[in-house]
Amino acid sequence: MTPVSYFMGLSAVLFAIGVAGMIVRRNLIVMFMSIELMLNAVNLAFVALGRQLGSMDGQVIVFFAMTVAAAETAIGLGILIATFRNRATIDADDLNLLRW
Amino acid sequence: MAYDFPALGLILLFPALGVLFNLFLGARAGRAAVNFVGPAVIFVPFAVGLIALVKLLALPAGAALVAPLWSWITAGPFHVDFALRFDALTAVMVLVVSGVGGLIHVYSAGYMAEDADYARFFTYMNLFTLAMLLLVLADNLLLMFVGWEGVGLCSYLLIAFWYDHAEFAYNGRKAFIVTRIGDAGFLVGIFTVAAALAAHGVWTLNFAEMRAHTDLLRPVALVAGLLLFLGATGKSAQLPLYVWLPDAMVGPTPVSALIHAATMVTAGVYMIARLGFLYTLAPEALTVVAVVGTVTSFFAATVALVQSDIKRVLAYSTISQIGYMMLGVGTGAFAAGIFHLMTHAFFKALLFLCAGAVIHALGGEQDMRKMGGLRRRLPITSLTMLIATLAISGIFPFAGFFSKDLILEAAYTSGYRGLYVIGLITAGLTSCYMFRLIFMTFYGESRLTAEQEHYVHEAPAAMTIPLIVLAVLSLVGGWVGLPRGLMWGDAFARFLDPVVGHPAATVEVSTLALSALATLVAVAGIVVAWVFYLRLPGLPMLLAHHAAALYRILTGKYYVDELYNLLISRPLFWLSTNFLARGVDNAVINGIVDGTGLTVEGGGEGLRQVENGNVRSYALVYLLGAIAVLAYYVARVTR
Repeated sequence: MTPVSYFMGLSAVLFAIGVAGMIVRRNLIVMFMSIELMLNAVNLAFVALGRQLGSMDGQVIVFFAMTVAAAETAIGLGILIATFRNRATIDADDLNLLRW
Repeated sequence: MAYDFPALGLILLFPALGVLFNLFLGARAGRAAVNFVGPAVIFVPFAVGLIALVKLLALPAGAALVAPLWSWITAGPFHVDFALRFDALTAVMVLVVSGVGGLIHVYSAGYMAEDADYARFFTYMNLFTLAMLLLVLADNLLLMFVGWEGVGLCSYLLIAFWYDHAEFAYNGRKAFIVTRIGDAGFLVGIFTVAAALAAHGVWTLNFAEMRAHTDLLRPVALVAGLLLFLGATGKSAQLPLYVWLPDAMVGPTPVSALIHAATMVTAGVYMIARLGFLYTLAPEALTVVAVVGTVTSFFAATVALVQSDIKRVLAYSTISQIGYMMLGVGTGAFAAGIFHLMTHAFFKALLFLCAGAVIHALGGEQDMRKMGGLRRRLPITSLTMLIATLAISGIFPFAGFFSKDLILEAAYTSGYRGLYVIGLITAGLTSCYMFRLIFMTFYGESRLTAEQEHYVHEAPAAMTIPLIVLAVLSLVGGWVGLPRGLMWGDAFARFLDPVVGHPAATVEVSTLALSALATLVAVAGIVVAWVFYLRLPGLPMLLAHHAAALYRILTGKYYVDELYNLLISRPLFWLSTNFLARGVDNAVINGIVDGTGLTVEGGGEGLRQVENGNVRSYALVYLLGAIAVLAYYVARVTR
């Protein structure tokens, strides 16, 4: 059986890539994809630990997370399209009206 | 002996209702309603007072009607009741205050007919009368103090009635602050009395109980008497706190009449008569009262000789006459002082109301040098004013003759020879300056402008009827106190003596001789005024020219105002602006308040930098936060 540390390592790497993408990139779609990447990194950790501990909890939480992620994606993409229609940009640094 | 008479409460209830009505509904109800309600609520107490007087006369001498309404203050063994007491002294005061006050209210309806603020005016007038009635009805010192402060407040409100005029507002404040200095003394006096009684387990300020414990009061009588007298010098405009009264002239004329005749300035005399039992314990305090009264009386009379503002002459004459009352009560002749208070209320109210009618007729002119010859144009006013002037001058058989005689006689018989002489000279000065006023205003050549000549007119009936009533009272009001042994004789003093006490005469004297002398002096004053202002009108200027220094001092009112300004007001103003305003207020208090605001503002300025609108920096901060939380738990687990 593959040791759980391998899964955890992959999960950590995926999460780190997601974080880096979130902070470094300015394109909203890419940032959005980074968020999905982080979510799935965590999902991976959940199922791996669930199998390791012999518990169903991990799998159940992953289903919930996937459901929420689907809803979140729908809303997020909706906002994104609305933003683009209004501002003709999806650059995060240009969307800074809500400050001070 | 005290008999229950709860109806006394009505004496206070009606003016209080009047205040509420005029305050809240007056402007809506309209002028006619206010003109009816304003005076009516003062005449009801007068009627109740008359009924109470009839009941009182049927009781044995020295009895009192009481109305213990409710318990006011209870603190351990100390308690003060809201209780009213109606004895001979109160009877006189209630009838004078509500009777003369009511007539002044009627007159006001005519006088204020043009003023838009009539509802506010009658609110204050009713409140003023209410406060004075409370002062005289109170059966303990503390309740009396409530009325005492009430008249002070109302005098401020009424003197500054036309508050959009800066000088008037200033004079209102002056009256309030100067009398407040006296009130501080009065309050400390009350504390002294209360402490002296409480030290022996008598926790009360009730007059009757105080009187029953005079032995406990004896050690503090001098101190308490002088402190209370300080309050009286403020309220009753005696040296050294009289300075507010001449400036109180700026209020509407009925207000002056109310302050000078019925309410306010008589409070001090009443207070000393009420506490006569305390003052007789300390003859030195009474001597101070007598001396201050006499000096004030003379001092004010000399100033009145040269003033040219008609109301100012009357103001100084009030100070002078109150001085007489102080001389009366100071010699222990409390009944004589109260008698003069009563007759003075009649003729001084009349004088002021007449002066108001003259001012009204001339469209606001108060300078006597611009009057003259008004006798034919204002027949009722000039006749009633002449009666009042004869009364204040002490000419037989007008009211002032009897009361002033009684005071001078008391001064003589109690051995104050010097005070008697000064009082006699003052009587001469009084008739001189009062007839100067009459001659300058009503006789001689007219000095009116052509425009004034055109519209000068006699006052409406609402104003002339009170004048006529008061004129009758100025004539017959003194007859209740005829010299002893003549017809019903000294009825007034016999009525009051059981309550206020009677002085022991040390010097025997013929009343007739004293009366003759006083009349002679008064007539001499009239003759002097006649020679100076009608016969040889050039003479006053000539005299003023030759005694220029004296004339300047007198017209400058001895420069007392200037002296007070220099010694007290200016340093206080300086201290207030430079230290209290700039130092304490601006630097410390304003600094604390501003500092609070600035701290919050600065904090916000710093924190808003965080809200930069950059999603990625939010994400970074979020990440750092998550790492910090994680690090905390990791550190906890691994420890």
